[in-house]
Amino acid sequence: MSLLAVSSLTKRYRRGGKTVIAVDDVSFHIEPGETLALAGPSGSGKSTIARLVLRLIEPDAGAIEFESDDFLALRGATLRARRARLQMVFQDPLAAFNPRATVARVLEDPLRIHGIASRTERPRRIAALLERVGLAADLAPRAIHEISGGQRQRVAIARAIATRPSLIVLDEAVSALDVSVRGQILDLLLDLQRKERIAYLFISHDLGVVRAVAHRVILLDAGRIAESGDARAVIDAPQSAIGKALVAAAPRLKGTTQDAS
Amino acid sequence: MSPIRRFLRTPEAVAGAILLAALIAMALIAPLLFPGDPQAIAGPALLPPFQDWSLPLGTDRLGRDVLAELFHGARTSLAVGLAAAAAALAIGSVVGTLAGFAGGVVDEVLMRITDAFQTVPSFLLALAFVSVVGPSLGIVVIAIALGTWPGPARIARAEVLSIRERDYVASARAIGMHPLEIAFREVLPNALPPGLAMSSVIVAAAILTEAALSFLGLGDPNRVTWGGMIAEGRAVLRTAPFLSIIPGIALVLTVLGVYLAGEGIVETTAVRRGLS
Ligand SMILES: Nc1ncnc2c1ncn2[C@@H]1O[C@H](COP(=O)(O)OP(=O)(O)O)[C@@H](O)[C@H]1O
Ligand SMILES: [Mg+2]
Repeated sequence: MSLLAVSSLTKRYRRGGKTVIAVDDVSFHIEPGETLALAGPSGSGKSTIARLVLRLIEPDAGAIEFESDDFLALRGATLRARRARLQMVFQDPLAAFNPRATVARVLEDPLRIHGIASRTERPRRIAALLERVGLAADLAPRAIHEISGGQRQRVAIARAIATRPSLIVLDEAVSALDVSVRGQILDLLLDLQRKERIAYLFISHDLGVVRAVAHRVILLDAGRIAESGDARAVIDAPQSAIGKALVAAAPRLKGTTQDAS
Repeated sequence: MSPIRRFLRTPEAVAGAILLAALIAMALIAPLLFPGDPQAIAGPALLPPFQDWSLPLGTDRLGRDVLAELFHGARTSLAVGLAAAAAALAIGSVVGTLAGFAGGVVDEVLMRITDAFQTVPSFLLALAFVSVVGPSLGIVVIAIALGTWPGPARIARAEVLSIRERDYVASARAIGMHPLEIAFREVLPNALPPGLAMSSVIVAAAILTEAALSFLGLGDPNRVTWGGMIAEGRAVLRTAPFLSIIPGIALVLTVLGVYLAGEGIVETTAVRRGLS
């Protein structure tokens, strides 16, 4: 049984009388501990799929099964409780936090909301989470806007793993980071996956990164699946027009491909 | 340059701050300087100002000390102005946040109620409320807040509409936070600044409304108020104009001071925000 099974997902937006089909009859599944990448040009519907899977927006049609439950049928307190199992990391680590928050408060919220640690235990749990993502525990009292972008993205990952989820949706989670920091964050994600068997829905427009971290990839074009399959196979020999265009537009890719072959 | 230094370099802001400081000082030292009942008789009736140095501003029709009344009136004006503005901002922020965050029917209903309150002139609303419920300091505060909250509510709602689309609100939902906690703990504090920027105008308007209510005899009868003093002086306006003029000047300077100081704070902090 798949961890996440999405079938015929469709989402339309109406804008100024015109209807945009942001996600058009998309189906896929993710297995436990697997990384599925969603790649495609800007506006191809990647973020919309992420928000649909997280129930931040509701689809116009389709079904989402998560951990063997009809995820779209969950409501209210049941849905909020189940959210512990399905977490998210955004692209802009500054926008993803309340501008008034401290690191400690950001990490305390999930622990409190899901009753994971009592009030007295929380500081210890927060320190452990910070250490788990490679940060010093004394970062806890700092304000979010005081720390660096790379540290912030580590805090975002710490928040995402605080509730021990089985799936994390990463929407361009490394795209805004410097190349060196990006490598470190990717290593952290791979390490977490190996040790905790977390599955990732990894969204990126960077095929080089996708090829390095994903098991399988789905290429999106204008809301539809253009091509899907083993990440290396698809990226090394794309069949679809959009796949060929994306590979041609990724300069760093040539090197990686040659290294591998 | 620090905001404080920039504030100090703005002459209007400094003038406002001095006026406001004087008002606060008057309110604070009134009971020390003029202990006892300011409405008690202190000397001969209708003594003009600057005649007797134990009664520098003279006495009113009943022989009450005008200076003592002025100081105690400052207390009432300031207390009512601040309390009414705080109440209006609190009600407005809560209503605006709920409307903007919930959307749909809740938004529709709350904004219709806001419209209704905004359509009735706020002074008439206060007048009607005090007439029905009876004059006391608390009632006057509520009466003024009733007519003032729709402005802050609209401002808060507009701010919430933009904040609720931010990633951090999506993050709060994704970790399973309750919608009410998101609205009041995550969104509302970040929606407050534009409303707070208006607070000097609201305080100034509240002080004027209180004075107007007192002038019409609808203030708290157990307290000295500047509006009440002006009304009192009206009976002898031709023979003793100072009885109306002195509290009138105090009122004008207070409103001006609150407004200028408030604007100064908003200006200097807004510039700082623009630079960083
Ligand atoms: N809230 C929205 N309202 C209207 N149109 C939207 C909205 N969100 C996304 N879209 C449209 O849906 C399409 C897919 O957007 P998105 O999922 O953000 O793409 P991507 O993340 O791949 O860049 C785009 O055409 C975008 O303009
Ligand atoms: Mg996107």
